[in-house]
Amino acid sequence: MATTTATTTNIWNGGQSPFKVSYGKLMMWIFLLSDAFTFSALLVSYGTIRFSSESWPVAEQVFSAFPFYDGYAPLVLVGLMTFILILSSVTMVLAVEAGSRMDRKGVEKWLFWTIVGGITFLGCQAWEWSHFIHGTGAGGANLAWNEYGPPAFAGFFFFITGFHGTHVLSGVVLNYIVYYNTVRGVYDRRGHYEMVEKVGLYWHFVDLVWVFVFTFFYLV
Amino acid sequence: MSEENKVVVQPVDKSKIRHILKIALYLAIVTFLEFLVAFTLDAGILKTIIFVIMTIVKAYYIVSEFMHLGHEVKGLRWSMIYPMILVVWLLIALFIEGDYIHFARYF
Repeated sequence: MATTTATTTNIWNGGQSPFKVSYGKLMMWIFLLSDAFTFSALLVSYGTIRFSSESWPVAEQVFSAFPFYDGYAPLVLVGLMTFILILSSVTMVLAVEAGSRMDRKGVEKWLFWTIVGGITFLGCQAWEWSHFIHGTGAGGANLAWNEYGPPAFAGFFFFITGFHGTHVLSGVVLNYIVYYNTVRGVYDRRGHYEMVEKVGLYWHFVDLVWVFVFTFFYLV
Repeated sequence: MSEENKVVVQPVDKSKIRHILKIALYLAIVTFLEFLVAFTLDAGILKTIIFVIMTIVKAYYIVSEFMHLGHEVKGLRWSMIYPMILVVWLLIALFIEGDYIHFARYF
Protein backbone atom coordinates (compact mmCIF):
# COMPACT_ATOMS: atom_id res chain seq x y z
CA MET A 1 0.00 0.00 0.00
CA ALA A 2 2.81 2.34 0.90
CA THR A 3 4.48 1.82 -2.48
CA THR A 4 1.22 2.50 -4.31
CA THR A 5 0.89 5.84 -2.57
CA ALA A 6 4.50 6.65 -3.36
CA THR A 7 4.06 5.92 -7.07
CA THR A 8 0.79 7.79 -7.46
CA THR A 9 2.14 10.91 -5.80
CA ASN A 10 5.09 11.12 -8.20
CA ILE A 11 4.09 13.75 -10.74
CA TRP A 12 5.95 11.95 -13.56
CA ASN A 13 3.90 8.76 -13.24
CA GLY A 14 1.07 9.93 -15.43
CA GLY A 15 -2.48 10.98 -14.81
CA GLN A 16 -1.57 14.64 -14.46
CA SER A 17 0.46 17.35 -16.16
CA PRO A 18 3.89 17.66 -14.52
CA PHE A 19 4.31 21.13 -16.03
CA LYS A 20 0.79 22.16 -14.96
CA VAL A 21 -0.08 23.42 -18.44
CA SER A 22 -2.44 22.01 -21.02
CA TYR A 23 -1.20 19.84 -23.87
CA GLY A 24 -1.71 22.61 -26.43
CA LYS A 25 0.27 25.17 -24.47
CA LEU A 26 3.14 22.76 -23.79
CA MET A 27 3.34 21.88 -27.48
CA MET A 28 3.36 25.60 -28.33
CA TRP A 29 6.31 26.07 -25.95
CA ILE A 30 8.20 23.18 -27.54
CA PHE A 31 7.48 24.52 -31.02
CA LEU A 32 8.71 27.96 -29.96
CA LEU A 33 11.91 26.42 -28.58
CA SER A 34 12.58 24.70 -31.91
CA ASP A 35 11.78 27.95 -33.72
CA ALA A 36 14.22 29.75 -31.42
CA PHE A 37 16.89 27.26 -32.57
CA THR A 38 16.20 28.15 -36.21
CA PHE A 39 16.48 31.87 -35.55
CA SER A 40 19.59 31.32 -33.42
CA ALA A 41 21.17 29.40 -36.30
CA LEU A 42 20.49 32.33 -38.63
CA LEU A 43 21.91 34.88 -36.19
CA VAL A 44 24.94 32.71 -35.34
CA SER A 45 25.79 32.23 -39.02
CA TYR A 46 25.26 35.97 -39.58
CA GLY A 47 27.78 36.74 -36.82
CA THR A 48 30.29 34.18 -38.07
CA ILE A 49 30.23 35.49 -41.65
CA ARG A 50 30.39 39.07 -40.41
CA PHE A 51 33.41 38.39 -38.20
CA SER A 52 35.21 36.55 -40.99
CA SER A 53 34.56 39.26 -43.63
CA GLU A 54 37.07 41.91 -44.57
CA SER A 55 34.57 44.74 -44.10
CA TRP A 56 30.96 45.10 -43.09
CA PRO A 57 28.55 47.99 -43.72
CA VAL A 58 27.35 50.18 -40.84
CA ALA A 59 23.63 49.41 -40.55
CA GLU A 60 22.61 52.91 -39.49
CA GLN A 61 24.05 54.29 -42.74
CA VAL A 62 22.31 51.65 -44.86
CA PHE A 63 18.89 51.92 -43.21
CA SER A 64 18.61 55.68 -43.10
CA ALA A 65 15.52 56.35 -45.21
CA PHE A 66 12.00 57.07 -44.05
CA PRO A 67 8.75 57.01 -46.08
CA PHE A 68 7.76 60.42 -47.50
CA TYR A 69 10.92 62.03 -46.13
CA ASP A 70 13.99 62.85 -48.21
CA GLY A 71 16.56 63.57 -45.49
CA TYR A 72 18.90 61.38 -43.49
CA ALA A 73 16.92 59.47 -40.84
CA PRO A 74 19.17 56.69 -39.51
CA LEU A 75 17.28 53.77 -37.95
CA VAL A 76 14.14 55.86 -37.44
CA LEU A 77 11.92 53.50 -39.44
CA VAL A 78 13.38 50.43 -37.71
CA GLY A 79 12.85 52.09 -34.33
CA LEU A 80 9.26 52.85 -35.23
CA MET A 81 8.77 49.21 -36.28
CA THR A 82 10.21 48.07 -32.93
CA PHE A 83 7.77 50.28 -31.02
CA ILE A 84 4.84 49.06 -33.15
CA LEU A 85 5.70 45.42 -32.45
CA ILE A 86 6.15 46.02 -28.70
CA LEU A 87 2.82 47.87 -28.61
CA SER A 88 1.07 45.03 -30.41
CA SER A 89 2.61 42.66 -27.87
CA VAL A 90 1.11 44.77 -25.07
CA THR A 91 -2.34 44.74 -26.68
CA MET A 92 -1.97 40.95 -26.97
CA VAL A 93 -1.29 40.65 -23.21
CA LEU A 94 -4.40 42.75 -22.60
CA ALA A 95 -6.38 40.43 -24.91
CA VAL A 96 -5.18 37.39 -22.94
CA GLU A 97 -6.06 39.17 -19.69
CA ALA A 98 -9.57 39.93 -21.00
CA GLY A 99 -9.88 36.30 -22.10
CA SER A 100 -9.07 35.05 -18.62
CA ARG A 101 -12.06 37.08 -17.39
CA MET A 102 -14.34 35.69 -20.17
CA ASP A 103 -14.72 39.27 -21.43
CA ARG A 104 -15.50 38.75 -25.12
CA LYS A 105 -15.77 42.45 -25.96
CA GLY A 106 -12.34 43.07 -24.42
CA VAL A 107 -10.73 40.21 -26.34
CA GLU A 108 -12.27 41.48 -29.58
CA LYS A 109 -11.00 45.03 -29.00
CA TRP A 110 -7.43 44.13 -28.04
CA LEU A 111 -7.03 41.37 -30.64
CA PHE A 112 -8.19 43.85 -33.27
CA TRP A 113 -5.43 46.30 -32.32
CA THR A 114 -2.89 43.48 -32.23
CA ILE A 115 -3.80 42.58 -35.82
CA VAL A 116 -3.59 46.25 -36.85
CA GLY A 117 -0.11 46.46 -35.27
CA GLY A 118 1.04 43.34 -37.10
CA ILE A 119 -0.20 44.58 -40.47
CA THR A 120 1.42 48.00 -39.91
CA PHE A 121 4.71 46.29 -39.10
CA LEU A 122 4.50 44.24 -42.30
CA GLY A 123 3.78 47.40 -44.30
CA CYS A 124 6.87 49.12 -42.87
CA GLN A 125 8.95 46.07 -43.66
CA ALA A 126 7.68 45.92 -47.24
CA TRP A 127 8.68 49.56 -47.68
CA GLU A 128 12.11 48.91 -46.20
CA TRP A 129 12.71 45.89 -48.43
CA SER A 130 11.66 47.84 -51.48
CA HIS A 131 14.01 50.70 -50.58
CA PHE A 132 16.86 48.27 -49.87
CA ILE A 133 16.38 46.41 -53.17
CA HIS A 134 16.15 49.54 -55.31
CA GLY A 135 18.99 51.22 -53.46
CA THR A 136 20.30 54.74 -53.77
CA GLY A 137 21.32 54.65 -57.42
CA ALA A 138 24.30 52.28 -57.30
CA GLY A 139 22.52 49.09 -58.32
CA GLY A 140 20.67 48.42 -55.07
CA ALA A 141 20.89 45.02 -53.49
CA ASN A 142 19.96 41.44 -54.33
CA LEU A 143 21.41 38.03 -53.58
CA ALA A 144 24.27 38.49 -56.10
CA TRP A 145 25.06 42.19 -55.92
CA ASN A 146 24.99 44.65 -53.04
CA GLU A 147 25.83 48.34 -53.27
CA TYR A 148 26.24 48.67 -49.50
CA GLY A 149 28.93 46.04 -48.88
CA PRO A 150 29.54 42.31 -49.28
CA PRO A 151 26.69 40.37 -50.99
CA ALA A 152 26.39 38.21 -47.86
CA PHE A 153 25.08 41.29 -46.01
CA ALA A 154 22.09 41.51 -48.35
CA GLY A 155 21.64 37.75 -48.20
CA PHE A 156 21.43 37.78 -44.41
CA PHE A 157 19.15 40.82 -44.47
CA PHE A 158 16.71 39.02 -46.76
CA PHE A 159 16.87 35.72 -44.90
CA ILE A 160 16.67 37.01 -41.32
CA THR A 161 14.13 39.81 -41.73
CA GLY A 162 12.28 37.75 -44.34
CA PHE A 163 12.01 34.71 -42.07
CA HIS A 164 10.88 36.98 -39.24
CA GLY A 165 8.40 38.74 -41.54
CA THR A 166 6.95 35.35 -42.52
CA HIS A 167 6.43 34.66 -38.82
CA VAL A 168 4.67 38.02 -38.39
CA LEU A 169 2.47 37.22 -41.38
CA SER A 170 1.48 33.79 -40.06
CA GLY A 171 0.97 35.37 -36.64
CA VAL A 172 -1.44 37.88 -38.14
CA VAL A 173 -3.31 35.04 -39.87
CA LEU A 174 -3.51 33.03 -36.61
CA ASN A 175 -4.64 36.13 -34.69
CA TYR A 176 -7.30 36.76 -37.31
CA ILE A 177 -8.61 33.18 -37.03
CA VAL A 178 -8.85 33.51 -33.25
CA TYR A 179 -10.45 36.95 -33.61
CA TYR A 180 -13.02 35.47 -35.99
CA ASN A 181 -13.78 32.64 -33.57
CA THR A 182 -14.07 35.11 -30.69
CA VAL A 183 -16.60 37.21 -32.58
CA ARG A 184 -18.52 34.06 -33.46
CA GLY A 185 -18.67 33.19 -29.75
CA VAL A 186 -16.80 29.89 -30.15
CA TYR A 187 -14.75 30.40 -26.97
CA ASP A 188 -17.74 31.52 -24.93
CA ARG A 189 -19.42 28.23 -25.82
CA ARG A 190 -16.19 26.33 -25.12
CA GLY A 191 -16.02 27.91 -21.68
CA HIS A 192 -12.43 29.21 -21.87
CA TYR A 193 -10.22 31.49 -23.96
CA GLU A 194 -7.08 29.34 -24.00
CA MET A 195 -6.68 29.72 -27.78
CA VAL A 196 -5.98 33.42 -27.19
CA GLU A 197 -3.20 32.45 -24.78
CA LYS A 198 -1.67 30.06 -27.33
CA VAL A 199 -1.58 32.51 -30.22
CA GLY A 200 -0.46 35.09 -27.64
CA LEU A 201 2.61 32.97 -26.87
CA TYR A 202 3.41 32.80 -30.56
CA TRP A 203 2.91 36.53 -31.00
CA HIS A 204 5.19 37.41 -28.07
CA PHE A 205 7.81 35.07 -29.50
CA VAL A 206 7.71 36.99 -32.79
CA ASP A 207 8.23 40.20 -30.80
CA LEU A 208 11.08 38.55 -28.87
CA VAL A 209 12.85 37.54 -32.07
CA TRP A 210 12.55 41.09 -33.37
CA VAL A 211 14.25 42.37 -30.19
CA PHE A 212 17.26 40.21 -31.07
CA VAL A 213 17.18 41.04 -34.79
CA PHE A 214 16.98 44.75 -33.95
CA THR A 215 20.07 44.54 -31.74
CA PHE A 216 22.26 42.23 -33.77
CA PHE A 217 21.34 43.34 -37.26
CA TYR A 218 20.66 47.06 -36.88
CA LEU A 219 22.38 48.32 -33.74
CA VAL A 220 25.65 46.41 -33.25
CA MET B 1 -27.69 31.39 -28.00
CA SER B 2 -29.15 30.96 -24.54
CA GLU B 3 -25.90 29.27 -23.52
CA GLU B 4 -23.93 32.44 -24.29
CA ASN B 5 -26.03 34.42 -21.89
CA LYS B 6 -24.74 32.28 -19.05
CA VAL B 7 -21.16 33.57 -19.55
CA VAL B 8 -20.20 35.64 -16.54
CA VAL B 9 -17.68 38.39 -17.24
CA GLN B 10 -15.35 38.86 -14.29
CA PRO B 11 -14.59 42.44 -13.22
CA VAL B 12 -11.28 44.02 -14.27
CA ASP B 13 -8.43 43.60 -11.81
CA LYS B 14 -6.86 47.07 -11.90
CA SER B 15 -3.56 45.94 -10.34
CA LYS B 16 -3.09 43.34 -13.13
CA ILE B 17 -3.56 46.00 -15.83
CA ARG B 18 -1.18 48.33 -14.00
CA HIS B 19 1.42 45.55 -13.89
CA ILE B 20 1.11 44.95 -17.66
CA LEU B 21 1.45 48.67 -18.42
CA LYS B 22 4.46 48.91 -16.09
CA ILE B 23 6.28 46.15 -18.02
CA ALA B 24 5.33 47.87 -21.30
CA LEU B 25 6.81 51.11 -19.98
CA TYR B 26 10.06 49.30 -19.04
CA LEU B 27 10.33 47.87 -22.57
CA ALA B 28 9.71 51.29 -24.13
CA ILE B 29 12.31 52.93 -21.88
CA VAL B 30 14.97 50.30 -22.68
CA THR B 31 14.28 50.65 -26.42
CA PHE B 32 14.59 54.42 -26.12
CA LEU B 33 17.89 54.06 -24.23
CA GLU B 34 19.14 51.75 -26.99
CA PHE B 35 18.54 54.58 -29.44
CA LEU B 36 20.33 57.04 -27.23
CA VAL B 37 23.35 54.72 -26.96
CA ALA B 38 23.29 54.03 -30.73
CA PHE B 39 23.92 57.71 -31.49
CA THR B 40 26.07 58.80 -28.57
CA LEU B 41 28.65 56.03 -28.12
CA ASP B 42 31.35 55.12 -30.63
CA ALA B 43 31.33 51.57 -31.99
CA GLY B 44 33.37 49.25 -29.83
CA ILE B 45 33.29 46.44 -27.32
CA LEU B 46 31.65 48.62 -24.64
CA LYS B 47 28.77 49.60 -26.93
CA THR B 48 28.25 45.96 -27.94
CA ILE B 49 28.17 44.83 -24.30
CA ILE B 50 25.64 47.54 -23.40
CA PHE B 51 23.42 46.48 -26.31
CA VAL B 52 23.62 42.80 -25.38
CA ILE B 53 22.71 43.56 -21.74
CA MET B 54 19.75 45.73 -22.81
CA THR B 55 18.57 42.99 -25.20
CA ILE B 56 18.71 40.40 -22.43
CA VAL B 57 16.75 42.73 -20.11
CA LYS B 58 14.03 43.13 -22.77
CA ALA B 59 14.00 39.39 -23.51
CA TYR B 60 13.64 38.67 -19.79
CA TYR B 61 10.59 40.92 -19.42
CA ILE B 62 8.91 39.58 -22.57
CA VAL B 63 9.47 35.89 -21.76
CA SER B 64 8.94 36.10 -18.01
CA GLU B 65 5.95 38.46 -17.86
CA PHE B 66 4.28 38.63 -21.28
CA MET B 67 4.74 34.93 -22.04
CA HIS B 68 4.13 34.17 -18.36
CA LEU B 69 7.08 31.76 -18.13
CA GLY B 70 8.17 33.32 -14.83
CA HIS B 71 4.91 32.13 -13.30
CA GLU B 72 5.02 28.56 -14.70
CA VAL B 73 6.42 25.59 -12.76
CA LYS B 74 10.17 25.19 -12.41
CA GLY B 75 10.39 22.17 -14.72
CA LEU B 76 8.85 23.96 -17.67
CA ARG B 77 10.95 27.07 -17.05
CA TRP B 78 14.25 25.18 -17.10
CA SER B 79 13.18 22.99 -20.05
CA MET B 80 13.14 26.21 -22.04
CA ILE B 81 16.18 27.93 -20.55
CA TYR B 82 18.76 25.09 -20.53
CA PRO B 83 18.64 24.42 -24.31
CA MET B 84 19.03 28.14 -24.99
CA ILE B 85 22.12 28.28 -22.76
CA LEU B 86 23.70 25.70 -25.10
CA VAL B 87 22.88 28.04 -28.00
CA VAL B 88 24.84 30.80 -26.26
CA TRP B 89 27.82 28.47 -26.23
CA LEU B 90 27.38 27.84 -29.99
CA LEU B 91 27.21 31.60 -30.52
CA ILE B 92 30.46 32.29 -28.70
CA ALA B 93 32.26 29.31 -30.30
CA LEU B 94 31.33 30.32 -33.85
CA PHE B 95 32.07 34.02 -33.31
CA ILE B 96 35.58 33.08 -32.19
CA GLU B 97 35.83 30.76 -35.20
CA GLY B 98 34.71 33.60 -37.52
CA ASP B 99 37.31 35.90 -36.03
CA TYR B 100 39.97 33.25 -36.60
CA ILE B 101 38.92 32.82 -40.26
CA HIS B 102 39.17 36.59 -40.65
CA PHE B 103 42.69 36.49 -39.19
CA ALA B 104 43.75 33.59 -41.42
CA ARG B 105 42.39 35.30 -44.56
CA TYR B 106 43.54 38.87 -44.23
CA PHE B 107 46.72 38.87 -42.14
